[in-house]
Amino acid sequence: MRVIKNNRITDDEWQRIKEIDVVEELPEGKVIMPFGYWQSNRDKLIAQNRKYAVCVNGDIETEEVAKDIEHFELIALEFPIFTDGRSYSHARLLRDRYGYTGELRAVGDVLRDQLFFMQRCGIDSYQVREDKNIEDALKAFTEFSVKYQTAADHAEPVYKLR
Amino acid sequence: MYKYDNYDQTIVDERVAQFRDQTRRFLAGELTEDEFRPLRLMNGLYIQRHAPMLRVAIPYGLLSTQQMRMLAHIARKYDKGYGHFSTRQNIQYNWPKLETAPDILADLASVEMHAIQTSGNCIRNISSDHFAGIAEDELEDPRPYCEILRQWSTFHPEFSYLPRKFKIAVIGASHDRAAVQVHDIGLYLVKNDQGETGFRVLVGGGQGRTPYIGAFIREYLEKQHLLSYMEAVLRVYNRYGRRDNMFKARIKILVYALGPEKFAHLVEEEWEKIKDTPSLLLDQNEIDRLSAYFTSPDFDKTADQDTSFPEKLAADKAFATWAGRNVKRHKVPGYRAVIISLKAPANPPGDATDEQMDFIADMADQYSYNEIVVTHDQNLVLPHVKQVDLYAVWQKLKSKDLATPNIGLLTDMICCPGLDFCSLANAGSIPIARQINEKFNDLDYLHDIGEIKIKMSGCMNACGHHHVGHIGILGVDKKGVEFYQITLGGSAENDAAIGDRLGPGIKKEKVADTIGKILDVYLEQRIENERFLDTYRRIGMVPFKQHVYAKTAAPEVEVKAVASN
Repeated sequence: MRVIKNNRITDDEWQRIKEIDVVEELPEGKVIMPFGYWQSNRDKLIAQNRKYAVCVNGDIETEEVAKDIEHFELIALEFPIFTDGRSYSHARLLRDRYGYTGELRAVGDVLRDQLFFMQRCGIDSYQVREDKNIEDALKAFTEFSVKYQTAADHAEPVYKLR
Repeated sequence: MYKYDNYDQTIVDERVAQFRDQTRRFLAGELTEDEFRPLRLMNGLYIQRHAPMLRVAIPYGLLSTQQMRMLAHIARKYDKGYGHFSTRQNIQYNWPKLETAPDILADLASVEMHAIQTSGNCIRNISSDHFAGIAEDELEDPRPYCEILRQWSTFHPEFSYLPRKFKIAVIGASHDRAAVQVHDIGLYLVKNDQGETGFRVLVGGGQGRTPYIGAFIREYLEKQHLLSYMEAVLRVYNRYGRRDNMFKARIKILVYALGPEKFAHLVEEEWEKIKDTPSLLLDQNEIDRLSAYFTSPDFDKTADQDTSFPEKLAADKAFATWAGRNVKRHKVPGYRAVIISLKAPANPPGDATDEQMDFIADMADQYSYNEIVVTHDQNLVLPHVKQVDLYAVWQKLKSKDLATPNIGLLTDMICCPGLDFCSLANAGSIPIARQINEKFNDLDYLHDIGEIKIKMSGCMNACGHHHVGHIGILGVDKKGVEFYQITLGGSAENDAAIGDRLGPGIKKEKVADTIGKILDVYLEQRIENERFLDTYRRIGMVPFKQHVYAKTAAPEVEVKAVASN
């Protein structure tokens, strides 16, 4: 599968598991598990001393995720529909408040015209919806050269430049 | 007024290019209707009954004459020769073609204008007092803060996909002329005990199908923390506002579901964590820099030596009538603010033709230091007219049907485009305005009735502010027939209130007659000089209800409002 990472298209080996019974074993390899599975199996997984990837939707409090960020190398934020903007706040909190430095990936209804906002909120990889042209989506990052306000990208607000 | 620098100009230019490409991709089938809709809405473009409707932002209602001429040009070139000034101090065009929208935006960008965030679930145009900068009761000019907020909110990456639209108003005067209490956030410039100026903060006002007067959640906010506090409110809303039901998605529902105290607590908790973030601290240099754009023009210090104005008032009754209603005080002696009525009897309220717009620009160049202001009740203001010029201004305005002496009177109605243009509407509003104008065409009667605010909307979305009209009129659809629900006792000013429902819906052809009956009760019951609103508040609904419904043998069908979007 191809994703955009750091403004480049790259092959990606992560497999997202959308549903898994909490009593099942986590499959081997690079898998993104639902955050609920992580919560149910937290102690067992932490004991294995690995880094994990979880998928978080807008209903989950960022504060819950933040407690465990040291165990995650990837956090996927799900956009069930592109107009659901909760994950923009979640992304900013993970970056700005909780200092998460691992990969922050947008999954779900991820489309070109929102990527710029996502990037500014601290998301750094994008699984663009499969039926869309991923090359075309790259153009989103160059449409604006000026940013009025700061965000997780630590852009200097324009007024400080004047 | 504010002047763009390279940063501002770059943003609007890049926006034009971006929207041009988005439109191209939509027309080429690369974007579906559902994918394109939020993109075009964030640029003020609706798909309406006859054609797309384009809403152009007029930040805090302030226009230069060059900008007004561009609005006239757009009306002429891309539309049918007119535009509609709206209750958000914006202008709407009802007939542009989708394909031409990028060209219109490019024309707007050439005069430092845009349509960014005039619709969609994002932070909308910041509105303010139409007498900002000239009001005698003003503590400080609110417009520098409006501009700071305009820039902060433009393409804010975190707050561009909110649960629902978000409206902010800022005022610096003690008299609320901007309907602040029905905004998602209202900011009032106030002084604290130490004599410093900051903001009193209100949240959770709103109209629509569930109207609320906002609640104060902070009595004093230091100016330097303005942006961090806004981010805290918006973040709490973005995270916890409802997204399952668009009719319950405004911040007012969250504020009142939690209770304003609990909501305030969540905001304060969030704010504590971000208030000292350096990039969110507003420094005094920036406030001073922006304030310098809004300094007064070089007023004529001898303007108050004029003696002709009182003479003309005494000599010309028609002039005196107009001046009594449409001319307002200015903080500088010898100057006045002139309200240009867009409520001539035959005119759809708020509409102006391209010719009128060009003419008003000429007037502002000659008489008002090149400035024009749009009011939220859909009129225009020439903010700085020398009193010696008032007679000439009146005569010229009269020649273009722009001097109807009805500001604040019954025919100075707020009215949305309604079923004639708007695809959300359930019923017409413009035909009701016409009906009211036809029935109440006696100026002496109107002046006798005095101050009364009629506001009407063609659907529950309440663009015409019906909830806060002294008399509110809401158009509803009952099995394909237009009915009108009347409310009494609303207000959008300092004494803000949501109107009470009079009773069952009224048939379309009976609306003006019903208003006549309501006014009969008022005239009979009023105590000397009492406004309609005050009489209503004193005597209550019962006498009005009894009189309006008395002679109807069978009550009208009970109408349940159904919103269409």
